Amino acid sequence: MRAPLSWIKEYAALPEGVSARELADRLIAIGLEVETVEELGSAITGPLLVGRVTQIEELTEFKKPIRFCQVDLGDQTRGIICGATNFAEGDLIVAALPGSVLPGGFEISARKTYGHVSDGMICSGRELGINDEYDGILVLADGEVGQDARPILGLDDAVLDIAVTPDRGYCLSIRGIAREAALAYGVEFTDPASLVSQLPADGPQHPIDLRYGADRFTARALSGIDPGAASPDYMVRRLNQCGMRPVSLAVDITNYVMLELGQPLHAFDADKVQGAIQIRRPDSSEQLETLDHVKRILDPDDVVIADGSGAVALAGVMGGLTTEIDENSTNVVLEAAHFGAAQVAGTSRRHKLSSEASKRFERGVDSDLARIASDRAAALFAELAGARVDGLVDIDHRQPVTAISLPMDLPTRIVGVDIPADRARDILTRIGCTIDGDRVDVPSWRPDLTAPIDLVEEVARVVGYETIPSRGPAMGTGVGLSTQDRLLRQVRRRPAELGLVEVLSYPFLGASDLDALGLPDDDPRRTAVALANPLNDQQPLMRTTLLPGLLAIARRNVSRGSESLHLYEYGQVFRDLAEVSAPVAAAGSRPPEPVIQEMLSALPRQPEHLGLVLCGDWSQAGWWGAARPVDWSDAIRLAQAIANAVGVTLEVEPDVHAPWHPGRCARLSADGVVVGHAGELHPDVVSAYGLPARSAAAELDLSVVLGQAAPVVPAPEVSTFPVAKEDVALVVDEVTSAESLRRALADGGGELLESVRLFDVYSGPQVPEGKKSLAFALRMRATDRTLTDEDIATVRGAALASAGQLGAELRG
Amino acid sequence: MSAPNKNFDPVMPAALDPANLQVAVDAALVAIAAAADLAALKQARIDHAGDRSPLALANREIAALPPSAKAASGKAVGAARGQVNQALKAREADLKQAERERILTAERVDVTMLNDREPIGARHPIHTISEHIADAFVSIGYGVVEGPELESEWFNFDALNIDRDHPARTMQDTFFVGTPDSGAVLRTHTSPLQIRTMLNQQPPVYVVCPGRVYRTDELDATHTPVFHQVEGLAVDKGLSMVDLKSTLDWFASTMFGEGIVTRLRPSYFPFTEPSAEVDLECFACRGESVGDPDRSCRTCSSEGWIEWGGCGMVNPRVLQSCGIDPDVYTGFAFGMGIERTLMFRHGITDMRDLVEGDVRFTSAFGMDS
Ligand SMILES: [Zn+2]
Repeated sequence: MRAPLSWIKEYAALPEGVSARELADRLIAIGLEVETVEELGSAITGPLLVGRVTQIEELTEFKKPIRFCQVDLGDQTRGIICGATNFAEGDLIVAALPGSVLPGGFEISARKTYGHVSDGMICSGRELGINDEYDGILVLADGEVGQDARPILGLDDAVLDIAVTPDRGYCLSIRGIAREAALAYGVEFTDPASLVSQLPADGPQHPIDLRYGADRFTARALSGIDPGAASPDYMVRRLNQCGMRPVSLAVDITNYVMLELGQPLHAFDADKVQGAIQIRRPDSSEQLETLDHVKRILDPDDVVIADGSGAVALAGVMGGLTTEIDENSTNVVLEAAHFGAAQVAGTSRRHKLSSEASKRFERGVDSDLARIASDRAAALFAELAGARVDGLVDIDHRQPVTAISLPMDLPTRIVGVDIPADRARDILTRIGCTIDGDRVDVPSWRPDLTAPIDLVEEVARVVGYETIPSRGPAMGTGVGLSTQDRLLRQVRRRPAELGLVEVLSYPFLGASDLDALGLPDDDPRRTAVALANPLNDQQPLMRTTLLPGLLAIARRNVSRGSESLHLYEYGQVFRDLAEVSAPVAAAGSRPPEPVIQEMLSALPRQPEHLGLVLCGDWSQAGWWGAARPVDWSDAIRLAQAIANAVGVTLEVEPDVHAPWHPGRCARLSADGVVVGHAGELHPDVVSAYGLPARSAAAELDLSVVLGQAAPVVPAPEVSTFPVAKEDVALVVDEVTSAESLRRALADGGGELLESVRLFDVYSGPQVPEGKKSLAFALRMRATDRTLTDEDIATVRGAALASAGQLGAELRG
Repeated sequence: MSAPNKNFDPVMPAALDPANLQVAVDAALVAIAAAADLAALKQARIDHAGDRSPLALANREIAALPPSAKAASGKAVGAARGQVNQALKAREADLKQAERERILTAERVDVTMLNDREPIGARHPIHTISEHIADAFVSIGYGVVEGPELESEWFNFDALNIDRDHPARTMQDTFFVGTPDSGAVLRTHTSPLQIRTMLNQQPPVYVVCPGRVYRTDELDATHTPVFHQVEGLAVDKGLSMVDLKSTLDWFASTMFGEGIVTRLRPSYFPFTEPSAEVDLECFACRGESVGDPDRSCRTCSSEGWIEWGGCGMVNPRVLQSCGIDPDVYTGFAFGMGIERTLMFRHGITDMRDLVEGDVRFTSAFGMDS
């Protein structure tokens, strides 16, 4: 809502000399969000005068119409060239004389043009920054020749632009903002509604049939309007200042009264309305073309104003084309009604149509205002357009508003600052409440005040938030991070400690992303929920895996010149559900337990995953030697190290799982529970994302990893006796996994076998075809003695015997 | 060697002549001093202290002396050999020291050569600052709560006193899941975590809730459809706006420096009442740039204050929706945008840097923000 300072001052007795900036600060302090303060005319300097065009010479030798005008400026007459044609001899115009500067630093000087000396400029609204009119120059309805044009144009004024929050609908009017200004300064407020004289209701009426949607509906008949009457300068100026385009007198009057009082009004051309006006639900498949030239299919939940021909307006939102006022309209039906806020909000939402009217109704319009605003507008029609004020239909179905019972100590309890009951009562009285003991009746313009806490907020904002003192923070009862929090921190941080760089991606996917991973049709990662209104139609799904996001970020970094990448991301994925249907319980009390459970369980499973992608080199080349490219084993080792951050050991088994290379993919599990996969990416995936060959990746379900974390780690027994070392080389079938052999050795060796480590792999002419040789280092040690040669031979023998079960033979 | 002294003739052999001993010692000392390295010293040791050296020969002569002469000559030869051995020892230590120094000098490298062989990891500042904030609140007894980003509509809206036709709930802002009637949305704020917490736990409740949230804004320099918030909630007996303001001031000074405070401006949020916008005192200029054209401040645009977040007392209707009696308990809540906080704290001018995942951006932050 744009509010000119001069208009506010008309109703709020602000101290002399209060600037717009000062007023803005005070309004902010009591809760109005003043976004900008615009000093009008601050971009204009120098002489800007009212002039009268006394003579027009049409210059016809040019391609476009050009006029050389004689302009009477009182003590002088100047010749000025003008390209506009929307004025005639005798009209009052605004002239910028040489030496003046217009918005944009546009300097006016006497210059020779079109064969004449143009001694200034006749200004358009756009050139003065008043409005966006290109088409012609400003023609004033009244003014004194030679006087400074600024006051007439409102260029000596300032405009406060206020973002009105949903609870302060009344501030979508000068009436409301002036009320707040008076409250902020503690000065007298003159209610413009109180200045409106009631007009008689009798006379010819337009019949009204109110069936639905409004608890108050007034229709005033007006006749004999002079279609040629123009809007007065003050009205045009204020509409411009408030950011509304002047259209025609009839429309301007309804807009002006809406700005002044806050009541949306609509003027129908009475001669286009067929029969009685109904306010009702639309018929099925009823349509309406609104003033914005959009044909709308009405919803059964909308409310329309209708006549014999059908819907003619979307109630509380926008009028229709068929009954629109035009340049020939002489008879008008003026509607001023009180539509339900939720009703209008619903219609506005369904039709994605927000209007000046709907903005006000949604936030709540003063229910007392319909008749007052109607009378105010009718009086303006009579005054400015010579209208005859005919009869009024006023249907009033309003229910009395329930009073609020306010314990007078509540403001002190909530604010924490001592606010005596008298002070609270005084503040509430000043905002318009009527108080009797603890009983508070709220004013008609404050439908947002329905509960004691609403009144506390009113008291608090007037007392001033700056009076609230500060002491130490409110101390909670907790005792530090929970075990889960701590483990989560560890596992989220560990990849960075291991050399990976954390990134964040948007969690949106398209089916093509899943195709690019080569996922089979029945892969659970294809079961994804879709958004109704995705940001990008190509990616309507919520991610079920982190890899597409990570791979896209890898591609972006590669395209920006980073060849070697070690990326990781953690975040939620959305699994196992494609369609969501959750109940929505009523608010205001705790829903029954089954309903809460139903609302919770209707959601997809949202575990936290951790993904990593490796491209290019792990360690780069340099003066120390060659680079070491990343490979499948890096992905596995990093995954293991990450899980190890929370004490979880990941077991590795070969697997075939997209998007990994079928021969270089590991399934990772903890205590038999699968937690993810790691290895080299499938060459097709690597090329689909334009990444370096042999790029590797891993993805872990952290929720599962954390579930496997032991709460208390048992301490190992650290033996101080000497270690005995033995190396064994075993020949096995090519397909036998190193890990199975290692485990067989370890199991066979028993307690005395401290560790078994693979240190070499050989396949080639030294071993038979289809075989390979694996060399393991065995370390043996007892906790209570030095091992004898006999002990060592026994352990070694037992380990080899166990390995023999897998067909392993000691290499000769 | 002279012939055996069969007659017990007290003739002093020439080798034991004190003058000759002195000559041998002098020659030894010269040779030792002249040894330039350990090899030369070894030769000097053989020549002057070895089995065939003059002093060794002299020593052997002593055996042939009459007992009366043995003691004096033995002492003289011993002193001479001791002198030589000591010189050898000292020279050897010197030479070894010099040799060590020579090797160390030869092994000098250019330590300024950068070893950037292994990759260095880094964490995203959105997450490190979220942890930083959570840690601050944990230190005053708050718990940390996280929760699902795809949320039931009731938790995201209805329970927070945002009914179906509330302007905050229009199609323009919210990502709806499935159909607009599915009852599920991508959470538009972290506030559903308040509801989840209060449904689970009777007061006292003190929690801080960091998390990712969604609004249907296009990505540009100042907006992103996917962003992060951190929210605090306290519900207990006797909490008031003084506790709210005090906690925010403490938070501001913890994050931005001793003495930095907040300012509350009345505002409107459906889930708090009274509600306020939270402004942060500019930590860069502490307000000194206001009205001083010579000290213009980029952090606060010379306003002295930075818009930081929203807050208020928990609306009793919200407490009721969670089954908490608002006549017994009051609460406060506040929330801040993480991206916004990072942008002004670190002078980030383009939101896209925070969301595009460029490794150069993350790497600059290292392990903390
Ligand atoms: Zn500053």
